[in-house]
Amino acid sequence: MSVEVRGVSKTYGSFTALRDINLKIETGELVALLGPSGSGKTTLLRIIAGMDTPDAPAAEGAIADRADGSILFFGEDVATMSVGQRRVGFVFQHYALFKHMTVFDNIAFGLRVRPKSSRPSQSEITDRVHRLLKLIQLEGFGQRFPMQLSGGQRQRVALARALAIEPRILLLDEPFGALDAKVRQSLREWLRRLHEEMHTTTVLVTHDQEEALEVADRVVVMNQAKIEQVGSPAEVFHHPASEFVIDFLGNVNVFHGRIAGGDFQPGPLSANLPQLQSVGANATKIYVRPHEMKIARSKEDADAIEATVERINRAGVNAKIHLQTNQNDQVRVDLPLDQLDALALEIGERVYFKPIQARVFAPDYTI
Amino acid sequence: MRTSKASRRRPQLPGWGLTFGFTIFYLSIVVLIPLLALFLKSITMDWSEFVATMSHPRVLAAIRLTFGASFLAALINVVFGSITAWSLIRYRFPLRKLLDALVDLPFAMPTAVSGIALATIYSHTGLVGSNLFPLGIKTANSGLGVLIALIFIGFPFVVRTLQPAIEDLDHEMEQAAASLGATRFQTVMKVTIPSLLPAILTGFTLAFARALGEYGSVIFIAGNLPMKTEIASLLIVSRLDENDVAGASAIAFVLLTATLFILLLIQAIGWYFNRRTGRQT
Amino acid sequence: MANDKLKADSVDPWWVRWLLIGATVGFMVFLLVLPLGVIFWEAIRKGWGVYVKALTDRSARNAIMLSLVAAGISVPLNFLFGLAAAWATTKYTFPGKSLLISMIDLPFAISPIIAGLMYVLVFGLQGWLGATLASWGIQVIFAVPGVVLATIFVTFPFVARELIPLMQEQGSEEEWAAISLGASGWQTFLKVTLPNIKWAILYGVLLCNARAMGEFGAVSVVSSNIRGRTNTIPLQIDALYNDYNTAAAFALASILATLGIITLIAKTLLEQKIERQNGQEEST
Repeated sequence: MSVEVRGVSKTYGSFTALRDINLKIETGELVALLGPSGSGKTTLLRIIAGMDTPDAPAAEGAIADRADGSILFFGEDVATMSVGQRRVGFVFQHYALFKHMTVFDNIAFGLRVRPKSSRPSQSEITDRVHRLLKLIQLEGFGQRFPMQLSGGQRQRVALARALAIEPRILLLDEPFGALDAKVRQSLREWLRRLHEEMHTTTVLVTHDQEEALEVADRVVVMNQAKIEQVGSPAEVFHHPASEFVIDFLGNVNVFHGRIAGGDFQPGPLSANLPQLQSVGANATKIYVRPHEMKIARSKEDADAIEATVERINRAGVNAKIHLQTNQNDQVRVDLPLDQLDALALEIGERVYFKPIQARVFAPDYTI
Repeated sequence: MRTSKASRRRPQLPGWGLTFGFTIFYLSIVVLIPLLALFLKSITMDWSEFVATMSHPRVLAAIRLTFGASFLAALINVVFGSITAWSLIRYRFPLRKLLDALVDLPFAMPTAVSGIALATIYSHTGLVGSNLFPLGIKTANSGLGVLIALIFIGFPFVVRTLQPAIEDLDHEMEQAAASLGATRFQTVMKVTIPSLLPAILTGFTLAFARALGEYGSVIFIAGNLPMKTEIASLLIVSRLDENDVAGASAIAFVLLTATLFILLLIQAIGWYFNRRTGRQT
Repeated sequence: MANDKLKADSVDPWWVRWLLIGATVGFMVFLLVLPLGVIFWEAIRKGWGVYVKALTDRSARNAIMLSLVAAGISVPLNFLFGLAAAWATTKYTFPGKSLLISMIDLPFAISPIIAGLMYVLVFGLQGWLGATLASWGIQVIFAVPGVVLATIFVTFPFVARELIPLMQEQGSEEEWAAISLGASGWQTFLKVTLPNIKWAILYGVLLCNARAMGEFGAVSVVSSNIRGRTNTIPLQIDALYNDYNTAAAFALASILATLGIITLIAKTLLEQKIERQNGQEEST
């Protein structure tokens, strides 16, 4: 596979940025490192690029057959390789375009600085740059300067510049973070299409979950220096492996309650509905997604919960109904618009809701 | 496979060794070693010799004149420099840009050139001097002449230090004061000037420090009469001419220490106000 | 530019405004314009003939030559130093960095006379190295090398002072981008860093040069003032003036004054250029 991260940790003084990270990235896939600020995703990206180094493995506790704290590209340890030697294409968050060079010169830069022996000829360089300009849909912009381009255009130039050196791995550091929502959206789609054409192994860092879920083949959810879950977008969304993941991705209702019996399993809630029981020694959180709720005018199920309709937001694909329970909890239920119309709910009405699907996460026990 | 410790260091841009090495090397040769020579010379001087040099009446007179005139010049520059900085930033009038560029004139002009120009204007036959001498105001060959020259060279320091500070002034603060009923005068006294105080102090100390060591601009207009209009830096040159290197070093040491002390003061002022108000001077 | 309307124009009463403007203009004309005018007036007063003769006379030519030599050596050296110091202090972090930057500013704070004295202490015959060098036949103080050294000292910080704040503001992202694309250190420096600082370099070099040619105090200490031998232009001016040869003195002075004015003009133009360059990058 393309990139392997083995047992990488990184601390800055007293702050731990990465804690024993292990990750394998397959050739040709687009992986998103997703997480809030401080989760370590950018640190990991920079370590892969070679702009930062992982901590040396601790003497004790290092497992003998694992080379801790190493990065491998195609099976080769790259610890001794500098940034330039690793042949990674790095795209910075704020583009870092060479402001005094034209777009053409920016893209050609990586080719022109090669030592004479490996440098392509003048005409080859021109060809390649023009092909890339066409790829990023900026044909004819070759003689413009970065100052004359919009944010989205600059980002595309930064990408082309990185692609020009035919990198083995493309690394993108929050590439669309500094752009407007609409531009972000179209660039996202464009990036995905580009990836399908070029199939360069790509690692993308983002804090925007929508971006990760839309663009990536696999998502690596990170939190507080650790990896919470790795999986396809559908997997991490519908089968979250931890409380953090389900909370971070998409909206979720959280109920506090108790579980009776010894089994923790995602599945339809039994009669042990949280609100009806006191928060006791086995208190736990039960997670229900807004679209995994049933809502009715009358108490059809014995264990449906009573609530009042506070607000209905019809803007969007689904309607978002905000309820307040008698215990003053806020609950959100998402319904397709036609179902909402069928029910004809109004503000202030009393309704009854019940989860169709719920999740509980067992805390990790260490022995 | 274990990697060596060396490769574990955080990667830096290339060129560290070359640039840092050259920087330190050049700095040492040009600045630090000569500076060290002066300090060592002064410290290894016989204490009684040092005291004898410094308590010579001529030396005392020069020190008095230098410090006194520099202080006064810096003060005058604060007043007029603030007015100038304020007008240049806040108001629009013809030739404003030209005047703004002119502020740097004393800075761009070689000291000897300014020196002879000032001497010519303020001498008893000069443009200004010829009008003032009959009135009993001696603008050359006098302490007043020294003062004039020191005002000249200190002027840009105050203006250039104040300009960014005035630019940074929160205009809304002044409008708020006005909306609360303060007269313009009250606003200026209670809101504007206190906000500018750090910059004013910095400008003052810069002008003061610069004036202490000034030579070329002053010696032509001063007349250089020992005990009367001789500045410290000229005295140092005189001592050197008499081959009294020790004496010259003693005076230089005192002057240098005073200057460095004043500069530390500037840093301290800036640091203090930074902490209090969170703003840069 | 709507903020202009909010400026004190509307807050200070008009008579205060005009009083302050008047004070400003009056003070500045009196203090600054007058001396400038006098220089050129006195230079030309006795006629063009005298003016040209003063500039082409032998000792004047020697003085001009020496000033050019001193500037010609010190400016490139200080330029190289400025580049190295700016790179070392803005692209890396290390303990004592701000101390280093303050030390670079030292020559600004030290009186030129004291600077000259320091060099006498090190290179004079009684000094640390003076005796040794003399035995090799090299004379520093009271000779050309001393003049060059003193000039290097007083113009030492100029280029560095211009570059350091600018490069601090610009950051290192472009350099890292170049490295990631495979450029070597030198390629990065020449193709990426230099073009971004070219105006600041020009300005720093101009300032450095103006000061180098105009330095008086430090040079007068280390040279012997023998006319025609080790006089720079300022020293020559001094000598002529003391000889009551005012016309010649001002003639030479006018050269330096013109150089000063050119520097001022260049400064205004370059500052605008630098501002515009930085401002454009920050938007969007």
